[in-house]
Amino acid sequence: MGKLKVALYWASSCGGCDMATLAIGEKILDVAAAADIVFWPAAMDFKYLDVERMADQSIDFCLFNGAIRNTEDEHVAKMLRAKSKIMIAYGSCAYEGCIPGLANLFSMDSVLDRVYIDTPSTDNQERTYPRAKVQVPEGQLELPRLHGTVRALHQIIDVDYFVPGCPPEAKTTWLALEALLTGALPEKGSVISHSGKALCEECPLPKEGKKVKKFYRPHQIVPDPKKCLLDQGLLCYGVATRGGCGAMCPQAAMPCTGCYGPVEGVVDQGIHFLSALGSLIDSTDAEEIARIADEIVDPAGTFYRYSLPVSLLRRAKTA
Amino acid sequence: MNRIVINPITRLEGHGKIAIFLDQEGEVANVYLQIPELRGFEKFCEGRPAEDMPQIMQRICGVCPEAHHLASTKALDNLFKVEPTSTARKIRELLYSAFFVTDHATHFYILAGPDFIMGPESPPAERNILGVIGKLGVELGKKVIQTRQQIHWIIQTIGGRGIHPVFGLPGGVSKAVSDEDRAKIEEIATQAVDFARLSLKVFDDLVLKNKEYLDMVLSDTYTHRTYYMGLVDEKNRVNFYDGKVRIVDPQGKEFAKYAPGEYLEHLSERVEPWTYLKFPYLKKVGWNGFTDGEKSGIYRATPLSRLNVADGMATPLAHEEYEKMYATLGGKPVHHTLATHWARLIEMLYAAERMLELSRDPEITGPNIRNIPTEVPAEGVGIVEAPRGTLTHHYVTDEKGLMKECNLIVGTTNNYAAISMTVKKVAQGIIRKGTEITEGLLNRIELAWRAYDPCMGCATHTLPGQLPIEIAVYDADGTLIDVAKRS
Repeated sequence: MGKLKVALYWASSCGGCDMATLAIGEKILDVAAAADIVFWPAAMDFKYLDVERMADQSIDFCLFNGAIRNTEDEHVAKMLRAKSKIMIAYGSCAYEGCIPGLANLFSMDSVLDRVYIDTPSTDNQERTYPRAKVQVPEGQLELPRLHGTVRALHQIIDVDYFVPGCPPEAKTTWLALEALLTGALPEKGSVISHSGKALCEECPLPKEGKKVKKFYRPHQIVPDPKKCLLDQGLLCYGVATRGGCGAMCPQAAMPCTGCYGPVEGVVDQGIHFLSALGSLIDSTDAEEIARIADEIVDPAGTFYRYSLPVSLLRRAKTA
Repeated sequence: MNRIVINPITRLEGHGKIAIFLDQEGEVANVYLQIPELRGFEKFCEGRPAEDMPQIMQRICGVCPEAHHLASTKALDNLFKVEPTSTARKIRELLYSAFFVTDHATHFYILAGPDFIMGPESPPAERNILGVIGKLGVELGKKVIQTRQQIHWIIQTIGGRGIHPVFGLPGGVSKAVSDEDRAKIEEIATQAVDFARLSLKVFDDLVLKNKEYLDMVLSDTYTHRTYYMGLVDEKNRVNFYDGKVRIVDPQGKEFAKYAPGEYLEHLSERVEPWTYLKFPYLKKVGWNGFTDGEKSGIYRATPLSRLNVADGMATPLAHEEYEKMYATLGGKPVHHTLATHWARLIEMLYAAERMLELSRDPEITGPNIRNIPTEVPAEGVGIVEAPRGTLTHHYVTDEKGLMKECNLIVGTTNNYAAISMTVKKVAQGIIRKGTEITEGLLNRIELAWRAYDPCMGCATHTLPGQLPIEIAVYDADGTLIDVAKRS
């Protein structure tokens, strides 16, 4: 059997997923022994044209990171889907839209106005905006067009597997790569992680399941670093977040923010967290409950920090 | 008009393309460096809690999240009017110094170094980290990989995570440093100092002792006379984590020196319709197009810029190297873009020495790591030096600390106009009437670009290996007549 053919791509992303791929350390040599990388803009020379020339289904698997933000992201995603036998949404942006997906709380026009007109250092009295096609004195220049809504990969093409995390931890990456390299693949549509259960199950901080009278924001208190953060009133997302990362954030005395996505079987991570919090509030008085809930100052951005584009909300209604 | 398109530029974090227009004579008429993406952090942070900014904002760039995390954390100190404890401040700077060592080492050995170490005319198949290991020996190659791994561990241990750390809070950090971890960090820092000195020796042997390279470094093609920007401490020495921003003019005279909160008096940004990235320039000089000199507000914020604006380095070994560089290159300021590589190695040595100092500081393992803010938040600005330039985060909140407005001037963005000029000048220097588009031509454009270690995701960042580019030549009708590309 010949070596496997592998592609890696980023769409709208920060580059952290490409760094995360390298974080598997010396295991990268195992990958190199079993597979040839035929496309990886972050690290290799191949061009879009090279991919276009490949036969359909000629790439064994593609690790695709980044959300779908513009026409170029979408074009390359569709092209790689056609060329690849297996498509993996790698990392939170491709899986769920991630933090850049919070742009779905706003209209594209308001994003452009903020960046190009209203920011205090911008001097743009002519109200110039970047445009898809621009005539300059020497000829025409083109830019990809931005979509109004940020989407996850499976919202535009068929995806076979998902790897969670912002970015995925090295052990999660290796779990996925090992399955792909050996062919011992789970059921199509699986999310590949060491755990399908809530992060709390693997978090070493002892949890008493205390009810809380007040929610705190991380800068307001110094928590006991040896105890469950949620018990202490910090909004730790571990109850509604898939495990597998090793619970490093809570062990650094910072709450989980939910980057590994929903637990197995849950569609909407935000609603799951909300219902978990509901059962946590130590009151039966409607007014008091409302007051305690009001301490959660940014529900949309907190509950859907990483998953707004794939949530039931998907995006805010904007004019 | 003929057009040459370099698209997409690969081996970059983020996306970029270059369009070169030729006139009827076949000479370069103009060059456009286009950044084809926008995510809009300045907008979608609105309504989010300010204390979440260090974690949200670092998603601008997964290659240098530490820079965004700390600029943001410092903006929060300012916003909530709370000073970090002395221990917390030192812990932040310790992580940041470690980060600079690994980031600069990555750039020298894996990204830009291969051009020098293997030679600009060497075949591309050899011009990468594997070629470097082949030439300099497996031992050095192992040291590069080992340094990266050790520092990844430090960042994870202090910051909570290796990529996208979580430890920054207004008034401090979330986690103390244990005695055991401190001892291990000290050991790694000691090795890092040796490694940085060795790297300077490699540069000395391979570049400075090679007349051909040195001539290229000093050539007019790779020279621009611009303003320079960088953060300095109270003695005007280079500092990555804190201080005032100092700007010098093309003669090297101090032009301005400002505290973070005053940045709007000094910087403006220009919008062009053919790119999603803005062009910052000095407000008091003004925008006069893509030209250098005293009358153009274009400035640079790079490792070389930081050395140009400073009076020296704050650690002894790095300061020696600083003196040596200026003695060799004929005094301050140095305008030769390729000398940025040398400056970067001097900074790496400074970062390693600073890391060692901090790891031996008795306060570093102190338990007092948080001051709880008590004031009502309103507005805050935080500035650090990112490896690729001065990084400014500016936040305005309501009284609950929810974000109302945000403005960002990011490392590479500072240099966007200068990078554009450099690419144009190199293209003009090497593409002449009847020029055959060759490997060497691609390489020279690459060299120009790489000196800045540009980060267009941040704007954009370059990863392992060389920058492979494809140049397509179109005739006046837009018909493709020639394609040159690295195989």
